Amino acid sequence: MQGFIAVYFREALILKRRFKRQIAGMAVSPLLYLIAFGYAMGDAVRLDGHTYLEFLIPGLIAMSSMTQSFGIATDINVARFYWYIFEEFQAAPIRNVAYVAGEVLAGMTRALLAIGVILILGLLFGVRLHYGLLLWLAVLLNSFVFASLAVALAMLVKSHADQSLLTSFVITPMAFLGGTFFPLERLPLWAQKALSILPLTHASHAIRSTAFGENPAWQAYALLTAAGLVFFWLALGTVNKARD
Amino acid sequence: MPAGELFAYLGPNGAGKTTTIRILTGLTRLTAGTAALNGHDIKAAAVAAKRQCGLVPQHVNLDSELTVGENLDIHGRLFGMSASSRKQRIDALLTYIELRDRADSLVKQLSGGLKRRVMIARALLHDPRILFLDEPTVGLDAGIRRRIWSLIKKIQKNGTTIFLTTHYIEEAEFLADRVAFLDGGQIVAVDTPTNLMAGVGHWAIDWMTDDGMTSAYFPSREAAQASGAAGHNGFTLRRVNLEDAFLSLTGKKVGAQEGAAAAIQGQSAHGHQGHGNHAPGGHGTHAAKAHAGHGAH
Repeated sequence: MQGFIAVYFREALILKRRFKRQIAGMAVSPLLYLIAFGYAMGDAVRLDGHTYLEFLIPGLIAMSSMTQSFGIATDINVARFYWYIFEEFQAAPIRNVAYVAGEVLAGMTRALLAIGVILILGLLFGVRLHYGLLLWLAVLLNSFVFASLAVALAMLVKSHADQSLLTSFVITPMAFLGGTFFPLERLPLWAQKALSILPLTHASHAIRSTAFGENPAWQAYALLTAAGLVFFWLALGTVNKARD
Repeated sequence: MPAGELFAYLGPNGAGKTTTIRILTGLTRLTAGTAALNGHDIKAAAVAAKRQCGLVPQHVNLDSELTVGENLDIHGRLFGMSASSRKQRIDALLTYIELRDRADSLVKQLSGGLKRRVMIARALLHDPRILFLDEPTVGLDAGIRRRIWSLIKKIQKNGTTIFLTTHYIEEAEFLADRVAFLDGGQIVAVDTPTNLMAGVGHWAIDWMTDDGMTSAYFPSREAAQASGAAGHNGFTLRRVNLEDAFLSLTGKKVGAQEGAAAAIQGQSAHGHQGHGNHAPGGHGTHAAKAHAGHGAH
């Protein structure tokens, strides 16, 4: 338990030290999407009886909870390949689960902060939605999924460049195709089927349903929980692989 | 390694020094064989083994965005120390390394030497039984190196066992109780620095040949002086150091020299214990042998 607190405490201290920069960074891309797609272009578009801005905000919540929680992979890599701080954890008498849980929780913390930023931006754009418990549960599960995946991949990659490649090939496409910017029903059936294997698709559907005051599909929660547990378990195994 | 000893691995880059430390401290997987720290097997009881050791790696691995105090505090938490013992130990160790007034400085504002001292304090924070120092003074200037050396000596006096790797001859000579020569992943010799050096001789001369610097070793200053004066222009006379012992044992440079080989053989035939008891005449014979070798060359 103390090991877990130590790992999380370190990340929290660093987050605190970078707080302003980090918050500003979290605001940039949602703000750009809101201006470009929501404000400038989206006026004419109505989806499922909602304005495009209303459609977009839950999508951005899903997207940011993914990108921000996955973002710890980059920091783990910098700490591992550039600062060698990861060795402090390897040489410490802590169990792998303490390290993984600490980093995953740090990723989830970031995701929650980023969602806070988006909610404030939404208010500024005059968007009012429902932000109930089930929405937050979906956000937490989604960030748990991607923070766990981040730790697992960060242990496996051999360099910082590989890490950027993973982000470009896995995270960025998912950010655009996972039901964030447009309803998947507009795609051909085969594409819908293919995209329904992405965890983010389920997260954005659940988040959007709750934000619109509808009942989300319980399967989404079950699937996110299962994916999160699998990735977390993978992450536990990969910590040993990082000993070279 | 007996408790309380300062043991050094000396060898060129790539000899396996860092790998040894990385395996013992859990950074690299042990692929074959066994190892134990203070009775705890590093594989079967990894967590317990890690509690025994403090590690100062070769490269600076402090969190540069955090303060000195925060870096130490996180380390204390990782080793399961209570809040009060962390506070008390951090205070004591910062005083010990004379950095108490820098507790709230960001690490990135410290010089290389200060960072190294913080890393030593961090490794000592949880009161380890064994301290691993991987090239503790690499990249530091001479004055700071001396300070780190006296800090290391002080730590050993306080009862901590120290395992040190270095490729600096003087470092091993000055600090170590026993030295292991490491070459290509193999230990070629283990002994006290004095014994290792005595295995070669006590005095050396260096001179330049077409192939570069060549050395020969002698049991006495007079013998070395005489040999140099007879055979070589522009030789330098000096005391034998660990590097001579290393080079002659690994056979990389000196071993090829006939003269030097003769000197070493003469030495080992007589044994190096009680060398000082040899009659002056005995030394003379030695030197003559060595010199004959040179002459023939």
